[in-house]
Amino acid sequence: MLQQLFKNPVALLCMGIVLLTALLGIFAPLVAPNDPYANDILNKFAGPSWQFPLGTDQLGRCVFSRMLYGIRPTLFLSLLTMLGTIGLGVVMGITAGYFRGTVDEIIMRVVDVMLSFPSQIIILAVVALLGVDIRNVVIASIFIKWAWYARMIRTATIKYTNMNFVLFSRSIGSGNFYILTRHMLPCIAAELAVLASLDTGWAILNISTLSFLGLGVQAPTPEWGAMLNEAKNVMVSNPEQMIVPGIAVVVLVGAFNMLGDCLRDALDPKAVRQ
Amino acid sequence: MKGPILTATDIRVSFRKENQRRLFGRERQQVLRGISLALEEGECLGIIGESGSGKSTLGRVLCGLLKPEAGTVRINGLDIYGRHNHRENAQLHHSLSVVFQDYTSSANPRFRVRHIIGESLRVLERIVGSKLDRERRTAEVLEQVGLPSSFAARYPHELSGGQLQRVCIARALAIRPRIILLDEAISSLDASTQVQIMDLLLELRRSLGLSYLFITHDLTSITYLCDRVAFMNNGEIVERVDDIRHIAEIRHPYARLLLESVMGIGVEYGSGDNAQAQWAAAAAC
Repeated sequence: MLQQLFKNPVALLCMGIVLLTALLGIFAPLVAPNDPYANDILNKFAGPSWQFPLGTDQLGRCVFSRMLYGIRPTLFLSLLTMLGTIGLGVVMGITAGYFRGTVDEIIMRVVDVMLSFPSQIIILAVVALLGVDIRNVVIASIFIKWAWYARMIRTATIKYTNMNFVLFSRSIGSGNFYILTRHMLPCIAAELAVLASLDTGWAILNISTLSFLGLGVQAPTPEWGAMLNEAKNVMVSNPEQMIVPGIAVVVLVGAFNMLGDCLRDALDPKAVRQ
Repeated sequence: MKGPILTATDIRVSFRKENQRRLFGRERQQVLRGISLALEEGECLGIIGESGSGKSTLGRVLCGLLKPEAGTVRINGLDIYGRHNHRENAQLHHSLSVVFQDYTSSANPRFRVRHIIGESLRVLERIVGSKLDRERRTAEVLEQVGLPSSFAARYPHELSGGQLQRVCIARALAIRPRIILLDEAISSLDASTQVQIMDLLLELRRSLGLSYLFITHDLTSITYLCDRVAFMNNGEIVERVDDIRHIAEIRHPYARLLLESVMGIGVEYGSGDNAQAQWAAAAAC
């Protein structure tokens, strides 16, 4: 399966982009040429130069350095969101799918309720309730997204519950915990990887969107969505300010989505035989 | 002779119908209608019936996966669906093991043979309460089913059907059971492999003193392997044959129909004395 993935040039490219972005984010203090917070109002909207590779913004701050520091909230908070979503979704989904009966009914009705609200509205409502803060955005995203995962994972779990190897485990008296962690989790992990990589793109967009609306990361912290928000004020006079963070978001989200597609192809048993 | 090692009395199971006539209807499909059977120590009891006769459901009830609505299943006098302390529970799981029909789904595709058998050993360790030498024990059970110990490092998709079914038998043997439930265990294999597996089962039974419950739709393998046969039709046992050599003497119309469809024309009462030998020969070639 992994070999299949590593043979695919698109998958390699996507993984390269994601990995490179992550590394740049982690080592931002070493890589960045300037302090992302240092402003020089006389030098605002400067063009690309050796000192400022991508020019400066409306306060004369280095755009390139801000982009690098912006990776941290953008990429890592979205990964945190996905981790929380998947964690909650897996626990709920497996519990519902494996034990069935009353537990299943209760969890799935809660999921039905969660899924009947439009997700953006719920996030706005939660942020409005808890206050404007990036932590609340992450909590709200997890809160709205877990239900969807729980439903997908429940279906996968039901599929594997009736497989003979699970029946055998039950008949010889392996504990439920053993069956769930050793049989169920590895089996659904493959399907989960596809969903997760597709949805990381969604999480990045979500955090950027809310920062753009001024509900997520607050100024002066660099974040791609927030940078877009600041740049939109000068969209007519200095349109190039929007291009850099805009392209960065598109490329990163695109990389995650394509990676999800490639993972799905690699996991498709029919594709393997070709 | 002690009492039977496994007894089932008046097992009844029904499922809620999917297509109800009314909203919130409570119609149920009766699958098992009062099955009773007993398995003696060291014998092989065949359960035969066409598809839909409830034999696989019976198998699930007997190995503790499906609680019947009425009736009890007892192994060594312990009700397997009753409440037990830890020790009795361990003894129950310890006594009965199962081999399924569909070998493709009976092993986790992500496990190596070592881990497939290791799962049984893990259960055994908990029952015995002490650590086992898993490596050696795995090699032992693999040898018992006629596979080299080098197979322990392989994945299920690297084995042939017959080899994988042997691994499943090894996995069942690894918990040191006294009864093995074979649910169509050989039906999905080809004819020559079937004979090999049946010979293996006969040999294991001799050397380990196992009892088999052999569920199948194939009369040939029953005559080859079993001491007693129960014919199932529509959730009931319609005929029992206590001596396999007298299988041609059965009277129930359904059982006769089944028998004649397998054996062809010309099966007369009493001509079954050498049926076992005949079918052994037929299966071997």
